[in-house]
Amino acid sequence: MADQKASTSIEAVESGLAAQGYIASRQIATAVYLSQQIEKPILVEGPAGVGKTELAKAIAAWRGMKMIRLQCYEGLDEAKALYEWKYAKQLLYTQILKDKLGEVLGGAQTLHAALDQLHDFGDVFFSKEFVEPRPLLQALEQPGGCVLLIDEIDKSDAEFESLLLEILSDFQVTIPELGTVSAITPPTVILTSNSERDLGDALKRRCLHLHIGFPEQRLEERIVESRVPGISQALRRQMVGFIHEIRSLDLKKLPSVSETIDWARVLVLLQAAELDTDIVKDTLNVLLKYEADIEAARPQVTTFIAKAARSNVFG
Amino acid sequence: MRENLHRFFRAARGVGVHVSPAESIDAMRAVKQVGFSDRAILRDSLLLTLAKSQDEKLALGDCFDLFFSQPEPRQDQPETGDDGTSQEADQQPSSSSASEPGEGQSPQELGPLAQMLLSQDRNAIAAAIASASGTASLSDIRYSTQRGIFSSRILDAMGLQRLRDDLDQLTATNPALAERLRAALDALREAVRDTVSQGLALYAREEAENLRNEILRNAPLARIERRQVAEMRALIRQIARRLRERYSKPRKRQRRGHLDVRRTLRRNAAWGGVPFLTAWKRKHRDRPKIVALCDVSGSVAQVSDFFLLLIHSLHEVVDDVRSFAFSSHLIEVSELLEKNSPEEAMSEIMSKVGFGSSDYGSSLVDFEKDFMSALTPQTTVIVLGDARSNNLDPRADILRRISERSKRLVWLNPEGRLAWGFGDSEMPRYATFCSVVRQCATAQQLERAVSDIVATYQ
Repeated sequence: MADQKASTSIEAVESGLAAQGYIASRQIATAVYLSQQIEKPILVEGPAGVGKTELAKAIAAWRGMKMIRLQCYEGLDEAKALYEWKYAKQLLYTQILKDKLGEVLGGAQTLHAALDQLHDFGDVFFSKEFVEPRPLLQALEQPGGCVLLIDEIDKSDAEFESLLLEILSDFQVTIPELGTVSAITPPTVILTSNSERDLGDALKRRCLHLHIGFPEQRLEERIVESRVPGISQALRRQMVGFIHEIRSLDLKKLPSVSETIDWARVLVLLQAAELDTDIVKDTLNVLLKYEADIEAARPQVTTFIAKAARSNVFG
Repeated sequence: MRENLHRFFRAARGVGVHVSPAESIDAMRAVKQVGFSDRAILRDSLLLTLAKSQDEKLALGDCFDLFFSQPEPRQDQPETGDDGTSQEADQQPSSSSASEPGEGQSPQELGPLAQMLLSQDRNAIAAAIASASGTASLSDIRYSTQRGIFSSRILDAMGLQRLRDDLDQLTATNPALAERLRAALDALREAVRDTVSQGLALYAREEAENLRNEILRNAPLARIERRQVAEMRALIRQIARRLRERYSKPRKRQRRGHLDVRRTLRRNAAWGGVPFLTAWKRKHRDRPKIVALCDVSGSVAQVSDFFLLLIHSLHEVVDDVRSFAFSSHLIEVSELLEKNSPEEAMSEIMSKVGFGSSDYGSSLVDFEKDFMSALTPQTTVIVLGDARSNNLDPRADILRRISERSKRLVWLNPEGRLAWGFGDSEMPRYATFCSVVRQCATAQQLERAVSDIVATYQ
């Protein structure tokens, strides 16, 4: 592929992703680089909203490839993830071809000969034309390669995991009637998980394991900078510092990067020049998604703002 | 360097990261791509390919830092300031000794180890130690008592014998040089000792951990030492995880071959009862329901503690657990255990009912009065206690009624079978009404007991 940018080094990955607005830490860049070099899927774990799905999108945009997404849920099965036979089309074709059948079988003298002729004919209905490719098969059939995102794998059943194993290790699937379909170009596979349940060892073994946690303060500032360009540097520092203080609390759901970005947008919309107690208390519901969490954080707001301001002086 | 990676994999297994051959191949391929030049990137790559959870990443990161920090021979020359000056300082004596061949032997006549030590070439010495540890197969070290033998093996492999001969000769001909060599040898011994200690920390951990767990599993829970309580809790959590994995998946089992006539007729009513669709009998399986009565007096308290921890860590398998604690009277403790950490919950339970002398009779009366309705025909009742009722009325009749109302009654006794029925033990009287009575003194017995109880519901 001429237009496919080979990531020659980890820095190239980092800057490539940055050009798409995804600020990657060194670990993330290393994982992406390695997954391309040794052709392994990446299993991304971490709390919700730290940019797991976003990573796949950024890779697809950066390398100019199509992204195919498979959202997992309980009860997801082969027919919805891999392929399905187009039953209606098969039926319709048999109806239309009914008249032809007489011609085909007309020459046969005995029942046995007719059956033989029918056998040659039968395979027509189980051919490529009648297969409806679902995301996994689609991903293998992309001539230019693609980014296959298998989102929230922990939501699916354990049986579905086993279904994935063949694809993940060999980039191929077996359809009993057709044989094995191998990938034209091995896709870049990203699996994401919120660790709702433990994934099987067999699945984990086939993947590079990447854990994305909450970013460091500097990195988070850069992320906000790239996503919300309108925000002033002083406010950015202050708000990121504030969020880092919030994360030290024992809350039901800690605010993650997506909440930080939302909050930054809100602050820009409200034309806030700096954090003060009132504006924070009014917009706390953007950061925290549970009433109990908001109640727990509210009394601390003033102290946290002061702390964030202080860390700015030294940091 | 490949040899080093293999040794690193062994060390990784030692810290509890499961490195399968396939993963080590991946790691090798990854390392081939990134090279060894950047330590941080190498670390990230190994963490990506080998560690498969957050805990493993932490453990492996520490292991990496320990593995790639090579102990170096200490330079105990007084004038050594920093690296630059020490290099120069090293140059001078060696050149002076070389320029004065008349005074004694030239360094060329000494063995290679002596020459290396005298030239104070740190890198060469470190490399020699590393290769000698390879020859001495340091990665086979298992116990701390082996430190001495491995040190001497490494020194032998480096050529200690020749060095000794050199030293003997030099003492006669050139005492000053001999003195320097002796000092260098001491430094070398220290470095080798450090290497061996590091090797012990890296490679022996797996074995030591296995051994300790094995001992812990078979140690009597009641007499466990205070410092081991935390370890035991960790072990119990491990057991809980294992049981969860084994029993949490509902196994599909259908009893095929037995026609359910009633359902078949009803389903085919539309066709005038001609059975087009058949319905088969299914095996009905109960959800585990457990009522646990735990004695928290005296020596049984510790066992109850671990038992409650185990049974309450099995949420995925048994979601319906009601626990009661008693010594002289009985209270329900389910909520306490759900809401607090095990340590807090246990201390609160102890402050409420603990430390009394046990009275099984009145505790059973308490249970019958308030909680008898908790029992259904699907319930397994587990009583954990030594059945020593201080010669008070045991009220075995209540236990009979409990047994009649429930599916099974299991009695776990931390005391050995031999002690049952002696002294104030009422075990034989209670045992009449129990489905199973078993000894439950160690973590292993506890695991088996709970495993059997859960298995009856599968």
